[in-house]
Amino acid sequence: MATATQAIENYAESFRGFEQSAASHDLLWLRQLRQSGFARFGETGFPTTRDEDWRFTSLAAIAQIPFRLARNGHGPLSRNQIDCFRIPGVACQLVFVDGRFSPELSSSGQLPEGVEVASLAAQIARDPGAIEPHLGRHLDLQRDPFCALNTAFLEDGAYVRIRKGVVLGEPIHLLFVSAAHDAPTVCHPRNLIVAEENSQATILEEYVSTGSGATLCNTATELVAGDHAVVSHYMIEREHNQACNISTLRIQQGRSADVSSHSVLAGGALVRNNVHPVLAGEGGECLINGLFIGGGRQHLDNYMLVEHARPHCASRQFYNGILGGHAHGVFHGRIIVHKDAQKTDARQTNRNLLLSDTAQIDTKPQLEIYADDVKCTHGATIGQIDEEALFYLRSRGVDLASARRLLLLAFAGECLDRMKPGPVRVHIEKLIHDSLAQIAHVSHDVPLAPQEAALGEPR
Amino acid sequence: MSLLDIKDLRVTVDDHEILKGLNLQLKPGEVHSIMGPNGSGKSTLAQVLARRETFTVTGGQVQFNGKDLLAMKPEEAACEGVFLAFQYPVEIPGIGNAYFLRSALNAIRKYRGQDEMDAMDFLPMLREKMKLLEMDEKYLNRSVNEGFSGGEKKRNEILQMAMLEPKLAILDETDSGLDIDALRIVAAGVNAMRSPDRAILVVTHYQRLLHYIVPDRVHVLVDGRIERSGGPELALQLEETGYAAIEAAARGASRG
Ligand SMILES: Nc1ncnc2c1ncn2[C@@H]1O[C@H](COP(=O)(O)OP(=O)(O)OP(=O)(O)O)[C@@H](O)[C@H]1O
Ligand SMILES: [Mg+2]
Repeated sequence: MATATQAIENYAESFRGFEQSAASHDLLWLRQLRQSGFARFGETGFPTTRDEDWRFTSLAAIAQIPFRLARNGHGPLSRNQIDCFRIPGVACQLVFVDGRFSPELSSSGQLPEGVEVASLAAQIARDPGAIEPHLGRHLDLQRDPFCALNTAFLEDGAYVRIRKGVVLGEPIHLLFVSAAHDAPTVCHPRNLIVAEENSQATILEEYVSTGSGATLCNTATELVAGDHAVVSHYMIEREHNQACNISTLRIQQGRSADVSSHSVLAGGALVRNNVHPVLAGEGGECLINGLFIGGGRQHLDNYMLVEHARPHCASRQFYNGILGGHAHGVFHGRIIVHKDAQKTDARQTNRNLLLSDTAQIDTKPQLEIYADDVKCTHGATIGQIDEEALFYLRSRGVDLASARRLLLLAFAGECLDRMKPGPVRVHIEKLIHDSLAQIAHVSHDVPLAPQEAALGEPR
Repeated sequence: MSLLDIKDLRVTVDDHEILKGLNLQLKPGEVHSIMGPNGSGKSTLAQVLARRETFTVTGGQVQFNGKDLLAMKPEEAACEGVFLAFQYPVEIPGIGNAYFLRSALNAIRKYRGQDEMDAMDFLPMLREKMKLLEMDEKYLNRSVNEGFSGGEKKRNEILQMAMLEPKLAILDETDSGLDIDALRIVAAGVNAMRSPDRAILVVTHYQRLLHYIVPDRVHVLVDGRIERSGGPELALQLEETGYAAIEAAARGASRG
């Protein structure tokens, strides 16, 4: 077993090789940013369950597997392999394979004036001046070792900029594909989304995989929403059952900006999704809408931190979890209301359905309120499928699996209803149907096959 | 031949015997009523026939249409033609009424080897039945029973019955919570369902409903057994005298 120091040494070696040859390594500010990221990671290493923010999620598997940085030359993926991931009705689709932009697989579409969607690496090379004011300014390297690690290995990802006053109707689809490899592979996609004053956009980040094998995708997105901007951000995780996915969405909201973050965790073995909005302007509104559906031995961890920094902001947080088999779900809902943030209105709800005796959920609200005139509520429930409702449906002829699926769909539908109608919602609805059909069929008394264990043995 | 043939049925819940050797037969085309004091086991009987698994059958047999009903799952019983209008219909948030009914109807049609019905054929049929029950169209897309009043829920049960066209309909206190106008509408809905190949079992406390839905036979269930059976006049008589005499006789019989 690799020790913690060995794990850091493994990444240190990888970092030394990386920083010499990384794209735009000649830019001083970028080099310094990467170095500060690695320095911080070197200090902390991977968090342990003694860390309050990671209490319910053991990273031993990630620390033990000698992941290699995915660089240069992923296996050739054909457009055919990507076709099943296309979504009709989107403005454009950018495809990243192991974190690296693939122009051949992407469809750039016809974007209106004032909308820029590009590879971050290409954009830094082309116009570093537009990137520097935002990149790395919001992500908290001190608090989160994965953000530090992502920053150390920052190279490519998506760059989206919506200029002042521009309204983009169709969604932007960012597709991150973990390709098949013969050894465990890690990538660190980094995205920067800037929605300028009074602009509107919808962005979908979707994580998928082709093939199998242990992978780690450690992704981070900085989303800057200017004054009065309206942004919907969607995150879908549906990688295969050996994939680890750690993601952070850091949202910086200006005055009266209206941002919604929707996450759907359906795939992956070990998944952690961090959503961290800072309501930094008066009158901001933020909706966080999370759905996680797990079976087998999946571990799905939702961590949200909402910071109310200015007065008169409202945030709504809803997380619904459906867990069967031996799945383990986590919801950690932290709200910080800073001293100046009077008239804050923050509400949090976490509802969970456990479909088996072996499924597990840990739910933890954490409210820190330093202002005196605020409204903050939270509530969590853990239950089973309503037995009476199930009998009612069956008594009308609906078979057990379908009845379960209907009730689960209704439960998941609460999250779906919070999404705006459009191509992304249609896409997610289908994904939910598929996931629930699987989970509704798996009876809780069927023992797990050994190969369903979350992570393969490190080779 | 009987459509429903119950022989010496014994049922327990949590080791507590509720049905203690119940016998009952219904022929196609017949309407029977079961009356009896609170807690005598009427709903238990209804739910066991709909195959609720929380009740344990410890003895007896139930033949439905020549098949062993007690071997069926709830959905199988439904597909074979058993329908229970619940005493307390559950609310199911998030599932639309029309969507649910179409799923149910298609499940049953599939079981019977019929084609599934698409929305184009289904909706006109649903609208027509709703009109019959004087139900507002707004109920179409509302969640199943959610926020419905007691009377609306009961009407919704009858609507489902009308759509699913069962061979045996069991109405468990469908009249409770209905005002006189609603009662008339619901009774008309039930009467419209009377047919030579369908049997109806009406569980009620009151003669009032039986004034509209006139039964062929009336049975009195006391302490888990049918203690007396008669024609429609028995219901009238019970309204006058109550169950005390029958209960006392039953106690005497079990003691002696
Ligand atoms: N789940 C249960 N656990 C324990 N006892 C139960 C359960 N369900 C019913 N009973 C008991 O079984 C008996 C019969 O109940 P049932 O509901 O069948 O009566 P009923 O004749 O329908 O009464 P009512 O006229 O009030 O509707 C009652 O004593 C009731 O308390
Ligand atoms: Mg009852």
